[in-house]
Amino acid sequence: MEDNNVISVRDLGVKFHLSEQKVDNLKEYVIRILKRQMRYKEFWALREVSFSVKKGERIAILGLNGAGKSTLLKVIAGVLKATEGTVSKSGVLVPLLELGAGFDPQYTGAENIYLYGAMLGYSKAFLKEKYEEIVAFSELGDFIHVPVKNYSSGMRARLGFSIATLVEPDILILDEVLSVGDVKFRKKSEKRIKEMFKKGTTVLFVSHNLTQVKTLCTRAIWLEGGHVVADGPVEEVAEQFEQKVTK
Amino acid sequence: MTVLSNFQKYRNLLAELVKKDIKLKYRNSYLGVIWTMLEPLLTMVVLTLVFSKLLGKGTKDFPVYILTGRLLYSFFSNGTKAALKSVRANASMIKKVYVPKYMYPFATVLSNYVIFLISLIVLAIVALARGVYPTVQLMWIVVPLLQILLLTAGAGLILSTMAVFFRDIEYLWGVMLMLVMYACAIFYQVQDVISEKNAWIFKLNPLYAIIVNFRNAVFGQPMDFQAMWYATGFGVIAVLFGVFVFYKKQDKFILYL
Repeated sequence: MEDNNVISVRDLGVKFHLSEQKVDNLKEYVIRILKRQMRYKEFWALREVSFSVKKGERIAILGLNGAGKSTLLKVIAGVLKATEGTVSKSGVLVPLLELGAGFDPQYTGAENIYLYGAMLGYSKAFLKEKYEEIVAFSELGDFIHVPVKNYSSGMRARLGFSIATLVEPDILILDEVLSVGDVKFRKKSEKRIKEMFKKGTTVLFVSHNLTQVKTLCTRAIWLEGGHVVADGPVEEVAEQFEQKVTK
Repeated sequence: MTVLSNFQKYRNLLAELVKKDIKLKYRNSYLGVIWTMLEPLLTMVVLTLVFSKLLGKGTKDFPVYILTGRLLYSFFSNGTKAALKSVRANASMIKKVYVPKYMYPFATVLSNYVIFLISLIVLAIVALARGVYPTVQLMWIVVPLLQILLLTAGAGLILSTMAVFFRDIEYLWGVMLMLVMYACAIFYQVQDVISEKNAWIFKLNPLYAIIVNFRNAVFGQPMDFQAMWYATGFGVIAVLFGVFVFYKKQDKFILYL
């Protein structure tokens, strides 16, 4: 890997098996094997995708629904395994995908700080130290001792955002989450993210909002049908993409 | 080694998951952890009432005999059932945040183990009350306690993997557990229900081998070393096979959850 590449993706391919009817029990599986009816349709969500990202670059991933954007982010986040090719990354990666997905609804906000924090790989001592800061930033006040199942979706996202952005990540993955909570919190979260930008955090950003993309990002990768169509400065690629889509 | 350093990083998560399981289990129950002890105690009373005249010949340590079998069996049963569901129950997290996936079945088995260890207090109380006093042999109790953890963790890994792909494993395992229960001799003695030449049915059951030595330790009898080696071998193989299956299939989980 070259020295200042934070992420490098080489010939990445992700294949899904789409069985025509979903077989999810043993009984049916055995019957189908016996009748030789196990047929799969293969589907490549991503194919021959290669690019590398330098430190501090902010990359927008453009594409219509089903182009493979989320799949790409999932592979980079380590949730999904590549079928072929390699993805290497260095440094702390924080995915801001569906904030608060790791919460347990029965647990209170305070307990979830430790649970979700542990899920992101933070130590207990570190979380204890940062606990006050998280609570303060989330503005949940006394609600922090209420089970998360009673939270509104905004409150949940606020807590999730506060925990996930606790450390300064080297790589930040954003999937349309810049609209968390109410106006006031949105301003605050935008400020925090912009601070990270200034510190040279590498960002991968998926959004359908082209204006936002143009102001936030420096480079854009346009995916279509799992392939990279264009990769370059954000203005150019977004322009091409816009023309193609509105045509 | 990367696996070890990764475990190091997420060790806090394992502790958090175990804590969560235990906390949530008793959060909304009035008696809390007392239930852990009350429940086996009540089943013991029922089984004693029903079977003491029939099978136990009314001996006074029959309740202790029942309780030992019943506690070990219910740990195995609850632990494997919960582990079976563990990967699927955490599907939403597995799809969004990367954590080593074996954390989920392991944490489930461990939290059940902690609850099981707490419930041993009730055994100690009943044993003393019925005049079964500890002897030097009691030191051996560590062996069956470790063996059952191995066996449950191994079975749990295998089941949690299978349950991702086949949803009906849960029901099949329920039936299987019933068979295992009758082959554990919880509320009868093997020689009372089966002739000597058919006793191998029990000997094949690794859980029975564990229970035998657990009882030997409690009642101050010498260990059955054949059973001990069998249970250890079975437990180690179950864990190795479980780890192998889990690692082989874990990258596919997300496609089926």
